[in-house]
Amino acid sequence: MIDSSIDNDHTLSPKVRRAVRKWDSPIETEELKESFESYHSYVLRKWIFMIACIVICIVTMGYTLTVGSYNIGFFETYSILWEHITGNVTDAMKDMIIVDYRMPRIIGGIIAGASLAVAGAAMQSTLMNPLADPYTTGVSSGASFGATMAMVLGVSIGSGSMTIVLNAFIFSLVPTAIIVMFARMKASSPTVMIMAGIAVMYIFNAMTTVMMLMADPNDLQAVYEWQVGSLGRMTWDGVPVMVGVTVIGVIIVQFLSKKLNVLAAGDDMANSLGVSANNLRTIIMIVVALMAAAIVSFTGLIGFVGLVVPHVVRLFIGADNRYLIPASATFGAALLILADLVGRVIIAPATLQVGVITAFLGGPMFLWLILRKKSKLWS
Amino acid sequence: MEIEFKDVTFGYHGGRNVLEDINLKIEGPGLVCIIGPNGVGKSTLVKMINKLLKPVKGEVLIDGRSTEEMTHKDIAEQVGFVPAGTMDVFSMTVIDTVLIGRHNKSKWKTTQTDLEVVHRVLDMLDLKDLAMRGFNELSAGQHQRVALARGLAMETPAIILDEPTSNLDVKHQVYVTELLRAIAVQQKKLVIMICHDLNIAARYSHQIIVLKEPGMVYKVGTPSEVMTEEAIREVYGIDCTVIQFDGSPHVILKSAFDDDDVSDLVEVQ
Repeated sequence: MIDSSIDNDHTLSPKVRRAVRKWDSPIETEELKESFESYHSYVLRKWIFMIACIVICIVTMGYTLTVGSYNIGFFETYSILWEHITGNVTDAMKDMIIVDYRMPRIIGGIIAGASLAVAGAAMQSTLMNPLADPYTTGVSSGASFGATMAMVLGVSIGSGSMTIVLNAFIFSLVPTAIIVMFARMKASSPTVMIMAGIAVMYIFNAMTTVMMLMADPNDLQAVYEWQVGSLGRMTWDGVPVMVGVTVIGVIIVQFLSKKLNVLAAGDDMANSLGVSANNLRTIIMIVVALMAAAIVSFTGLIGFVGLVVPHVVRLFIGADNRYLIPASATFGAALLILADLVGRVIIAPATLQVGVITAFLGGPMFLWLILRKKSKLWS
Repeated sequence: MEIEFKDVTFGYHGGRNVLEDINLKIEGPGLVCIIGPNGVGKSTLVKMINKLLKPVKGEVLIDGRSTEEMTHKDIAEQVGFVPAGTMDVFSMTVIDTVLIGRHNKSKWKTTQTDLEVVHRVLDMLDLKDLAMRGFNELSAGQHQRVALARGLAMETPAIILDEPTSNLDVKHQVYVTELLRAIAVQQKKLVIMICHDLNIAARYSHQIIVLKEPGMVYKVGTPSEVMTEEAIREVYGIDCTVIQFDGSPHVILKSAFDDDDVSDLVEVQ
């Protein structure tokens, strides 16, 4: 039988006794209030970051709609849009340029940015690896293989105008399926999963290269253009699929974000709290692979966003996935349409592909943030 | 709180049994240390309590209820867990890290109650001023206290700690173990920890469980009952002198190896 009090326990130092007694003593209201306030202002900062990203998105969206190789004035753009909404179109040409070319491009940019960033954030948190993104988990290489197959060999799962998209979509899911099967068979660690992803990526890249070596120059150019991600190919046809998959995907990942936090404490801790680490990883990997696949099959390979946006967001608001996921979505959307805008004006009337701009904009910005940040971002 | 192992045998898939026919009753409140050589099955034993590992034979009972019929969440209501080592790939703030321990008690949004519990725990472990700091900005001693805070924030009647004093200097080893003993007494908790330091275990435990190769319970009892020269020789294969100092047994190790033992070690390396 042990002593019921720590008072007479000579093995304990006064410091420890004082510390443990605090548990039973009432907390000073002022102290508690201060603690609550500091936590709430910490959460408020995260909300401010997200709202700022949304504002940047809206402003950029508004301006981007008025920019293009066909010169339409700022106010004229909005009066044409108003005419379209009210069903009173006076200039069919300008209406088509704004509604059918510029708008799907902008909406596609927002959705692609949000989706790829969330996919990257969720993959990094799930696999506990700062290098995880749709590239290193093989999604992009699978999509590239599928698209190349359709363009070079003419072999496709579907038919009609969506053959390339459909092929890219289906094949982009293959690497994730292999990773998930691998993990289920061996109950693998996150490191093994990402290594499997990289191995599959190399296999698909090699097969894509073989096809490109066999391709005629026209097909080769088409493949090359597809591989440099661009929003220029966006039409209204692709928007419903992209929006649908992204919205559902973000909702699911957001719903699981608190469990992702638990996963950060390690598999044993997560399992002991009733969060099955293996099941959570499988679900998240499937959802984010679908999200990334739905984007890259329409836009081609837009790199960098999935990898770097989550890191930049962590620098600003921390690694709590409950906020990291929505903040990555808003920041990714803002970054991508901003990058697309820059790509369209920097060497106008020619356009630089968005994938090139994200790397040019984001790379130095990221390096600068790493240097500026005092504390370590990751271990 | 009572945890009982009934005829428990455990082996990893395809391998030999790590633990064989374990019959053991651990009763709280109090600080219980599990000691024994490397690879003897200490972590395996505690991981069966919260069903991270399942016995191939026998059953583990928590307050008379078999863990087989309990979900991980049911167990998490009873038994907190502080795993060995700390994960900090993407470092969260200290407060967010400790809030993870509230996972089953809180909803998606952090509540006032969660914050109050976390505040108390951080205050008790002298971490209040570090609440908003990044986890990976802290020292190893502070990491261990944050991990302990996360376990305590679960507010369970029992808590398991897998080597909570590893990586700590001697001052922090003593501080953390004193805290665990004091928490066990003051909060009437059953605190089970795996420990490698015989003197720390001897001084601060209320009860010691000694495991011995091949995967068996060698002895269970108070430090004075368990920490004998004969027991240490049999379990660890080293000679020592045990003296009573300040009311607890104190182990003074003698030369651990003869020539044959050293050549064994060199071969292993």
